[in-house]
Amino acid sequence: METILNAIAEAFVLLGSGASDVWEIILRSLQVSGAAVFMATALGVPLGYLLGISRFAGRWILIILVNTGMGLPPVVAGLTVYVTLSRSGPLGELQLLFSQPAMVIAQVLIATPLVLGVTAAAVASIPYGLRLQARALGASKAHEAWLLLKEGRRGVMAAVVAGFGGIISEVGAVMMVGGNIEGTTRVMTTAIVLETRKGNFSTAMALGFILIFIALIVNIALTSLQHAGARYER
Amino acid sequence: MGLSSKSARLAWVLIALVLVLGLLVPLAGCGTDEPAEEVDEETEEPTTEEPVETSRLIVASTTSTEDSGLFEVLVPAFEEAYPEYKIEVVAVGTGAALELGRAGDADVLLVHAKAQEEELVAEGYGTERRDVMYNDFIIVGPADDPAGLADAGTAAEALAIIPDSGSEFVSRGDESGTHTKELSLWESAGIEPAGDWYVSTGQGMGDSLTLASERQAYILADRATFLALKDNLELEIIVEGDPAMFNQYGVIPVTDAANLDGGQAFADWIVSQDAQDIIAEFGVDEFGEPLFIPNAS
Repeated sequence: METILNAIAEAFVLLGSGASDVWEIILRSLQVSGAAVFMATALGVPLGYLLGISRFAGRWILIILVNTGMGLPPVVAGLTVYVTLSRSGPLGELQLLFSQPAMVIAQVLIATPLVLGVTAAAVASIPYGLRLQARALGASKAHEAWLLLKEGRRGVMAAVVAGFGGIISEVGAVMMVGGNIEGTTRVMTTAIVLETRKGNFSTAMALGFILIFIALIVNIALTSLQHAGARYER
Repeated sequence: MGLSSKSARLAWVLIALVLVLGLLVPLAGCGTDEPAEEVDEETEEPTTEEPVETSRLIVASTTSTEDSGLFEVLVPAFEEAYPEYKIEVVAVGTGAALELGRAGDADVLLVHAKAQEEELVAEGYGTERRDVMYNDFIIVGPADDPAGLADAGTAAEALAIIPDSGSEFVSRGDESGTHTKELSLWESAGIEPAGDWYVSTGQGMGDSLTLASERQAYILADRATFLALKDNLELEIIVEGDPAMFNQYGVIPVTDAANLDGGQAFADWIVSQDAQDIIAEFGVDEFGEPLFIPNAS
């Protein structure tokens, strides 16, 4: 218990002292995961929508693949991106290894199946009657999509939250493709690994608390959005 | 549609804006203090972001070297001498660092596994190998030394006591310089390192020391890392001084590097008198003795 209290106290000290690298690391984590969840949303919501409304024979195979993708170990995603971006790999010319863009790419790989899968489930659970009615009233495909996504917005929001949660906390991918380089690719999770490795457990825990707190704030924002307008629904 | 819908829309717009910024900033490469990723190494043209054009120099080293804190003094000194380079240190196990050299993902290597380093150069992946500094390995263990290693003669003889002693031995098991040295000692002792008493972690020096401390086991460690982490551990030095536990560091510029000049510049600098002096001073204030002994010839 004392260790935990020490860690919480140290968290405040770390933040308050304005130790430049702690704030730098926090900002970097948000930049990388923020960019990744944005792209994962841009990819995953439309694709998830299409999967959700589809009614073809092999649909269940796709769903199984997406669900498996949700369980993709981050370190495997990292390894795949690493091998691809390595100078001895196919995209080596880009020299993206050990950079922030590389970390974003790896995190997009992890978050997109999450966003896709949850969106598909949200859309699929909307009563079919709504689609029929929309089409009967002359809605175009695009308008129909807009209506369904609005109707299932809680689920779509949950998809984004799931995607963000999955990547803000992962360490395997960003460690591999980022290299935990001080000043350029060190993020909260890799900093925690470093401090743990050095035996500075209280600092590691303090960083952990800060990370959880940041995730809490982001989720408060996203969840209050999810429930906006709930007053008018019963 | 009431007020809350409008404010929800506003909130959506704000969040979208934040995410878009989050998207643009890292992709444009304007992270906290790094120069643009598209910097051309050899040109003199000024960018709009930085007054001095810097090129990226990736130094692959080992986790034990990084954990000792040596780079915190070396990197600023090098960048002051060579402001055109911005060093990025990637610290992994020796095996992984050598692989980075083979793949061309690092520009210069600073590792401590002489046999493997010479093999790398012989294979053509490194242009040359030069001695930089050395420290020694030590066997550390529980303060009361339950297996009685302190009375043994050589390090190999000390290790030979462990299998039947009831104490455990922790190994890094990761093909690092430390692991390589450990295996050579077991070989001298004529013992196969396997069994319930042998714990292989597959992790870096710091992690492995922490584990050994938790289990009150013996472990081979480099003196620098042990001294740097000593306060967080419940282990003491049990065996030291055997010439077989000499740990030589070498620097190797990578043949197929992205930044050939930078890699060579770093290699030339670290064997120069200025860098060797910095190494000789490192750790003296904090531990009363230097963590590394410079020996570039």
